[in-house]
Amino acid sequence: MGERLLLRGNEVIAEAAIRAGCQCYFAYPITPQAELLEHMALNMPRLGRTFIQAESEIAAISMVYGAAGAGVRTMTSSSSPGISLKQEGISYLAGASLPCVIVNIVRGGPGLGNIAPSQCDYFQATKGGGHGDYHLIVLGPSTVPEAGELTMLAFELADQYRIPVMILADGLLGQMMEPVELPDPIDPASLPAKDWATTGAKGRAPNIILSFEMDPDDLKQMNLDLQSKYRTITENEIRYEEYETEDADIVIAAHGTIGRICKSVVRMARAEGIKVGLFRPITLWPYPYEPLKRLSQQVHTVLTVEMSAGQMWEDVRLAVAERAATPFFGETGGIVPTPRSILNEVKKHVR
Amino acid sequence: MSANLENMVKVFERPQSLTDARFTYCPGCHHGIITRIIGNVMDELGIVERTVGIAPVGCSVFSYLWYKADSQQVPHGRACAVATGIKRARPELIVFSYQGDGDFASIGTAESIHAANRGENITVIFVNNQIYGMTGGEMAPTTLVDQKTTTTPEGRDPRVAGYPIRFSEMIATLDAPAYVTRQALFDTKHIMETTKAVKKAFQYQVEGKGYSLVEILSTCPTNWRMSPVQSNTHVAETVTKVFPLGDLVDRG
Amino acid sequence: MERSIIISGFGGQGVILAGKILAQAGMNHGLEVTWLPSYGPEMRGGTANCTVVLSDELVGSPIVDEATALIAMNLPSLDKFEQTIAAGGHIVVNRSLIDRQVDRTDVNAFYLDMNEIARDEVGNPRAINMVALGAYVKASGTLPLQVVKDTMAQSMRESGKEKFIEMNERALDAGYNAL
Repeated sequence: MGERLLLRGNEVIAEAAIRAGCQCYFAYPITPQAELLEHMALNMPRLGRTFIQAESEIAAISMVYGAAGAGVRTMTSSSSPGISLKQEGISYLAGASLPCVIVNIVRGGPGLGNIAPSQCDYFQATKGGGHGDYHLIVLGPSTVPEAGELTMLAFELADQYRIPVMILADGLLGQMMEPVELPDPIDPASLPAKDWATTGAKGRAPNIILSFEMDPDDLKQMNLDLQSKYRTITENEIRYEEYETEDADIVIAAHGTIGRICKSVVRMARAEGIKVGLFRPITLWPYPYEPLKRLSQQVHTVLTVEMSAGQMWEDVRLAVAERAATPFFGETGGIVPTPRSILNEVKKHVR
Repeated sequence: MSANLENMVKVFERPQSLTDARFTYCPGCHHGIITRIIGNVMDELGIVERTVGIAPVGCSVFSYLWYKADSQQVPHGRACAVATGIKRARPELIVFSYQGDGDFASIGTAESIHAANRGENITVIFVNNQIYGMTGGEMAPTTLVDQKTTTTPEGRDPRVAGYPIRFSEMIATLDAPAYVTRQALFDTKHIMETTKAVKKAFQYQVEGKGYSLVEILSTCPTNWRMSPVQSNTHVAETVTKVFPLGDLVDRG
Repeated sequence: MERSIIISGFGGQGVILAGKILAQAGMNHGLEVTWLPSYGPEMRGGTANCTVVLSDELVGSPIVDEATALIAMNLPSLDKFEQTIAAGGHIVVNRSLIDRQVDRTDVNAFYLDMNEIARDEVGNPRAINMVALGAYVKASGTLPLQVVKDTMAQSMRESGKEKFIEMNERALDAGYNAL
């Protein structure tokens, strides 16, 4: 760990990827993640690594497929409409069990939407997005330092489980600056070799990368293998944060940017004597259902707050069931709920 | 008359770079010839152990089965982008994509053009049979005017569906490509010439000269509803008039 | 203790850089900080603002309902943010471009002719953002002026603009001394 630097979220994700040993980065420009692309454009070639501004989002994710299949750490980044275009490739990457990192700096939607921060791609990220029965590991950072840490983690998890990992952040996190201590860089040459990768069939049988089995029994087996992997990940990799929940009567469930904003809400509420806590999922897939279920047994209300019309809310209700009230408060269109507006909502549920 | 096997000389055998798996192609289709040519070229250049092939979507989706090389099977049309990713990740590998006309010249148009424009040091084998074979004989971007397909049942009407696209000529306008050529396989002479072209394309990559594209006019007797012999005649007499043979670029 | 400062003006007045230097100075002074820009499709000529939060503990929300201070470098900025400033907060007004008084009576208003100070005292109209920052430092007392100066110099060195350090130091002093 080095000195404390004041850096933008987009820059920190890019720099963390470089330090994680990312050797190939492919992307297409889109706001509000342009600084990420620009950081890579400047720094990857200096390190003798690959930066390509692809002709399209579809090409960028396909280049990721090729590089991942060739066994190197690789990443692409975009924002909502661009991530929609990448879904074809993401499904193939998931089907072919290829490790890579995909960053979505979410903006308002649907359609062209706007470039303001939003969490409206939660369903797309956590419930599929592309075609077929698959999942990504989805990590939701709430601060700039955490964006860096989770980017490093994303590369580790991707390799460990041979799975695409998505960083789901938003324009606010991408644009804001915060003090960060960057991690020590990993030398890509020190990473374990991938014996399944297409590195040349010298002295071994050919390695084939594919997401394709014509025979239904074979495709079923491929799916069973994927599901087995997803179970292992669910058992081992769930991450979340609880803040001031020990004696809480009300818990706010919020992820990412809203998660951190709700920390301020908890402080404000407690200053007024209202016992509020925060439950912040860090892995959005696999979702921390069990910890939230346990927590819901000790509170009367779990208030979901999102910058969407209520997407993670579905997972909260699955976890909480009838054990507590599950109201929702959200904003759409790129509007960020302020601490005061959330506090006012919390107060409606005080008993 | 009984053959004396012991005195026979072996003059023809399966290329060493191909596996024993049987082709899944229809009788009379040229995919088998092209695969064999690639196998021979890998033998001659001694590159099979450092080659990665790209299997597209279409009739050649299974092409990863034929080579003793590593392969990646990829999304429809994205072969040139995937090839870019592989080659940039590991420049020491020899990377080739094998793509039909729908894959290369329709759904993959952007990927195909931009990989060529970047001068990616890869080899593209573009198999142009003017039809979508695997999905049931639909119109391809290269389908001839008036040609009947299952989606142009009255023949391709250019007022509705445009004209056959000469993709190699488009690629040839770019500054980066090292080698762009169109070949055919309707007789032995042209098979020999195609073999030379494929070898040159791989050789250029080995030498780091950059992007090469070998378009090969191929047949689809099944969906053309012709015999293999009729198909060869059709290529020789009709198709080559729309898609003339020969080198378009050679910057070697 | 948490302070939140909105710096707002025309694009090109340097509000984004002033905010970065303020945030970085806070960090260098041992505080937790966030810096959040407004971002939009306008690259030049539109309005621009950023929000800086300085705190003794990890910052929760980088957006604030009531900032403790506003640096208004043009009239639209004062119009937009005046009512959102916390009671008892500070509003630093660029009188060169704002021909009205602050309406609020429950905040501390400070007036200075930033454009004239930059042009005539500092000798460079583009130093207006450092004039504004110097005035804020004096008005709020949040950070020592020297920390802000050192941070500015560090920022200039990192971006290869050493030759502007001396001029910007004079601008910070001029703004500080104008109140």
